[in-house]
Amino acid sequence: MSESIRNTRSTDRPARYSIFSLMRHALFGHRGWGHAWRNPEPQPAYDVIIIGGGGHGLSTAYYLAKMHGITRVAVIEKSYIGSGNAGRNTTIIRSNYLQPGNLPFYELSLKLWEGLEQDLNYNAMVSQRGILNLCHSDAQRDFFARRGNAMRMHGVDAELLDAAAVRRMLPFLDFDGARFPIYGGLLQPRAGTARHDAVVWGYARAASNLGVDIIQNCEVTGFITEAGRITGVQTTRGEIRAAKVGMAVAGNTSLVAAMADLRLPIESHLLQAFVSEAIKPFLPNVVTFGASHLYISQSDKGSLVFGGDIDGYNSYAQRGNLPRVEHVAEDGMALIPCLGRIRVLRSWAGLMDMSMDGSPIIDHTPRAGLYLNAGWCIGGFKATPASGYCFAHLIARDEPHEVARAYRLNRFATGHLINERGEGAQPNLH
Amino acid sequence: MRINCPFCGERDLAEFVYLGDADFVRPDDPLAPDALQRFYEAVYLRENPAGLHDELWYHSFGCRSWVRVTRNTRTHEILAVDLAKQVNP
Repeated sequence: MSESIRNTRSTDRPARYSIFSLMRHALFGHRGWGHAWRNPEPQPAYDVIIIGGGGHGLSTAYYLAKMHGITRVAVIEKSYIGSGNAGRNTTIIRSNYLQPGNLPFYELSLKLWEGLEQDLNYNAMVSQRGILNLCHSDAQRDFFARRGNAMRMHGVDAELLDAAAVRRMLPFLDFDGARFPIYGGLLQPRAGTARHDAVVWGYARAASNLGVDIIQNCEVTGFITEAGRITGVQTTRGEIRAAKVGMAVAGNTSLVAAMADLRLPIESHLLQAFVSEAIKPFLPNVVTFGASHLYISQSDKGSLVFGGDIDGYNSYAQRGNLPRVEHVAEDGMALIPCLGRIRVLRSWAGLMDMSMDGSPIIDHTPRAGLYLNAGWCIGGFKATPASGYCFAHLIARDEPHEVARAYRLNRFATGHLINERGEGAQPNLH
Repeated sequence: MRINCPFCGERDLAEFVYLGDADFVRPDDPLAPDALQRFYEAVYLRENPAGLHDELWYHSFGCRSWVRVTRNTRTHEILAVDLAKQVNP
């Protein structure tokens, strides 16, 4: 594979990013930067194969190397890394959950976000600008108070604001509408956004630096089974063996699991997301609309980044239909009337692995040698660091990490569901 | 996306509510020795195919019939629509 931008001075290990390396490269017109991660040919065997080169797969590989010293790892990605949901989300990071099975996990993730850029030596534009969930009735405010208390009991920051406080923060919200009066909101100050592509690249670079092979344009077509164990994968670039294979492929989970004769409690759905034209700094934090399901923030480039619920029907199309577009636009107008003057630039959709209780699965599978990381529904991006951290722990030690102990595959059979939304076995409601 | 309701004709997606896999089969014997396992599988496990998918939709803002739709989940192309009671026993 030819590398057209090869500099003879660059080595396999990219330079540490710093103000000094920036100045040094500036002197030579910035032509000396090497590739951020290696692009090796796949070896015949590794200690661990991770299927899926998204945020979760790459962070798993990184933590396998960093925390457990397991470096003979291959991340196998069917397209280019981050081409799936890691490149399609609305960039929100938060840990404002309700359920005790969820709170410690997402809080671990937020703590990892807070140290991530120093850890990876990569600018992921982690911006802890706060997230404000608006409430529109007494009952909803009571529920938000309960959630805020649950957060605080787990040591997570939460503040309940009244309408006046929300008005001071965000005066352009619609406080005059009688349909969706703003009673107040639940604020998590440490929540915010991170630049999704940079997260993929940062983990890829750091993992590659530690010896992880990132194999792109390599699609898994089957599993190699020997004596009842999974001992590798068949791919479009040949067979690759490993004693342990972990899958982190989000909306493609059922397809890959079917190759191991597994049916899972997952439906694949599409989630649309939207980006507006760039405008001057307007929205200082992340806001969510409590009367419906809209979340909106403003990127550093100035675009408003927003989305709502899934379309609601099984789909692998990664594009959505107009009813949801209309619904998101209606929610936006109800929340922030001045949005009506802003133009939407583009929209797209992700491929979401909706689970039967709305919560993820990080567990062994009934197939020896195969590990599962799936069921992230529409909340996978914020979980990227902890998902990788806990999945690596499970693969390395064959024991769940403490904060991921509840994410069992058999919980649907035993009744230990973790249901934030309180909906039943209906994936499109989670 | 439009669904051709047998009573109402071609209608917009927004008129319908999606249930899911039409091939859900309720286990018939709650006292069978493996009843618990079969109920778990019926309630929670799904094929979730990429490609042709038989699914149930409810025409909520129309005639309120249940329709069984064959749709390609990769392209959203709809290949067949029947009233559910005519297809399921």
